[in-house]
Amino acid sequence: MYPIVRKEQLADQIILMDIKAPRVAKSCLPGQFIIAKVDEVGERIPLTICDYDREKETVTIVVQTIGAGTKRMMSLNVGDELEDFVGPLGCASELCMEENLEETKKKKIVFIAGGLGTAPVYPQVKWLHEHGIDADVIMGSRTKDLLFYIDEMKAVAGNVYVTTDDGSYGFHGMGTNQLEELVNEGKHYDVCVAIGPMIMMKFVCLLTKKLEIPTVVSMNPIMVDGTGMCGACRLVVDGKVKFACVDGPEFDGHLVDFDQAMKRQQQYKTQEGRAKLAYEEGATHHGGCGHCNG
Amino acid sequence: MDVLTRIPVREQEPQVRAKNFEEVCYGYNEEEAVAEAGRCLNCKNAQCMKGCPVSINIPGFIAKVKERDFEGAYQVISESSALPAVCGRVCPQESQCEGKCIRGFKGDPVAIGKLERFVADWAREHGIRPKMADKLNGHKVAVIGSGPAGLTCAGDLAKLGYDVTIFEALHKAGGVLSYGIPEFRLPKDKVVAAEVENVKSLGVKIETNVVIGKSVTIDELMENEGFEAVFIGSGAGLPRFMGIPGEQANGVFSANEFLTRNNLMKAFEEGYETPIAEGKKVVVVGGGNVAMDAARTALRLGAEVHIVYRRGEEELPARKEEVHHAKEEGIIFDLLQNPTEILVDENGWVKGIRIIKMELGEPDASGRRSPIEIPGSEYEMECDTVIMSLGTSPNPLISSTTIGLDVNKRKCIVATEETGATSKEGVYAGGDAVTGAATVILAMGAGKAAAKGIDEFLSNK
Repeated sequence: MYPIVRKEQLADQIILMDIKAPRVAKSCLPGQFIIAKVDEVGERIPLTICDYDREKETVTIVVQTIGAGTKRMMSLNVGDELEDFVGPLGCASELCMEENLEETKKKKIVFIAGGLGTAPVYPQVKWLHEHGIDADVIMGSRTKDLLFYIDEMKAVAGNVYVTTDDGSYGFHGMGTNQLEELVNEGKHYDVCVAIGPMIMMKFVCLLTKKLEIPTVVSMNPIMVDGTGMCGACRLVVDGKVKFACVDGPEFDGHLVDFDQAMKRQQQYKTQEGRAKLAYEEGATHHGGCGHCNG
Repeated sequence: MDVLTRIPVREQEPQVRAKNFEEVCYGYNEEEAVAEAGRCLNCKNAQCMKGCPVSINIPGFIAKVKERDFEGAYQVISESSALPAVCGRVCPQESQCEGKCIRGFKGDPVAIGKLERFVADWAREHGIRPKMADKLNGHKVAVIGSGPAGLTCAGDLAKLGYDVTIFEALHKAGGVLSYGIPEFRLPKDKVVAAEVENVKSLGVKIETNVVIGKSVTIDELMENEGFEAVFIGSGAGLPRFMGIPGEQANGVFSANEFLTRNNLMKAFEEGYETPIAEGKKVVVVGGGNVAMDAARTALRLGAEVHIVYRRGEEELPARKEEVHHAKEEGIIFDLLQNPTEILVDENGWVKGIRIIKMELGEPDASGRRSPIEIPGSEYEMECDTVIMSLGTSPNPLISSTTIGLDVNKRKCIVATEETGATSKEGVYAGGDAVTGAATVILAMGAGKAAAKGIDEFLSNK
């Protein structure tokens, strides 16, 4: 069993939890993910690692209501336990590897975090900061109430640019608009890391292709076991079938077939389910429903 | 009684069982078991034992059944097998023990599998469990994977007094017995969980949710956690696809995914949250045991199911009993046919499959006659779900993170058959991780050989 040792509400429908999981906390690296399961009847839910504390043996996850499983997970409190918590899964981010450090130091890096994507972006930016590299970060969300971790991000990043689609906070527009503006102002980036809803990553990649900035994306397809056994998470990269859980989750964004991946994301969403999601999530809806193309 | 004919085993009616997940076969009761045991000739030079990958003393345990000493029979089986209730249900007996039975020359071979199952079920129902070793020897061994190879290796080592910990990547122990083989063929709580408990009652510890190569590596287990030897029984790995157009469409699944959702995650049961695609018309591609399992699962979820296999009936790799059961339940076999394309609608969902007819040519390297396409024979079939059951390729998680562990050109771990020894000292391997996808009993045989190999290695250290 894996106890919840901290719980914080980050925004409407978004919470943060620290889970005591010694083996995961000891070995995880930025870019990797975990799979959690609330209890016997629960689903296996893949979640990105937002932070970790090797001494306290905890792993920080950020959860947003998507369906019944995440909803039940979010209703748990400090002192409750998750029945299962396995990881770290997937490959670590190549930017955050000791062996690549000299190369990485030469690069000017920009991260674009969309919505919940702030969670997996944070440990990468933090790792780079701890290794003497300050990356720029564009954090975007639909509206002000859904933003989180701005101060934490500012503490570890170079420049932080916050955007909202409705202009309720920071730059009025999307992450892509902000990036384009920065480049037009004369900023130069050697590499872009975009993490967020698939539709956002798709549009970042269309832009960075034009701007000729190599771009890494982190894919979050449907998964079951997370160890390469089921093949549910397969996607097409450069014309080849890859498994996000063992080959990824990070891929060269300019080679990913996003349209295919977004269709696959809809696999288990029934008409009814979509309606329910739209109703329950209302304005906080962040895509993945198969209905809004997000 | 006609000694040439085996005592029939009671089964659920095909029309009834096609709609539920209860076990198909009820097994023998005491009277039936004793009567069937009476057919055994108790051969001095028992051929059946030569057909058993774990060398169970078959005439020995059947003689005990004949005497109604069922506990004694269980003890005889337990000397060789940690999972008799499983093997009695899923071994391909017709090509192993029963295939060599002298009775089979003139009549039905003795129903060895059904007798093994009866003995194991009887023992479980009467609370008989294997006992822990009298003395522990203080040596720590790690076993990776709690499937048939791992459970067997761990059980054998524990009986010898080793301190064994099994590391399992999933949240439940059992490996393919839990995620792969369906409830109606191998009940999870009644049989699998009980056999796992039996292994634990030998003193074996099981740590779930540990992915070796990610959570911790083999080198770390040996250097930091005091394990002196490691057995890798991590199973088969990544599902294969055909590489035909439309394969990424929604509604195309690997058999592994489909079965894992249903068996491990219990999608078929009310109250469990994991979803599963309940197709209306399902095409399963492949002819092995896994294909039969996927097809019969889809049928029980309410679909019309076709098995499309490129060779003929004779070449079907599945157990005979599974093919027979599948047919009885109403699965349609489209043999000597092969998909060439999956047809996709405008929203990305499967709407049909294009299939070409095949004929058998000359035998290939494996000795099987290779199928050849018949030009111009293509046709389209409507369907909403396609399940690919084409085998697996090895998972690189362990081989790529263990220093000095050799793999062959098919990326399977290299291990000697007699001892399971790999290229790395103290590290042994067996089961599908070494052979590629095979059977439960072959994995158990490899687990057994490796336990012996590890015991010899640590005894001489």
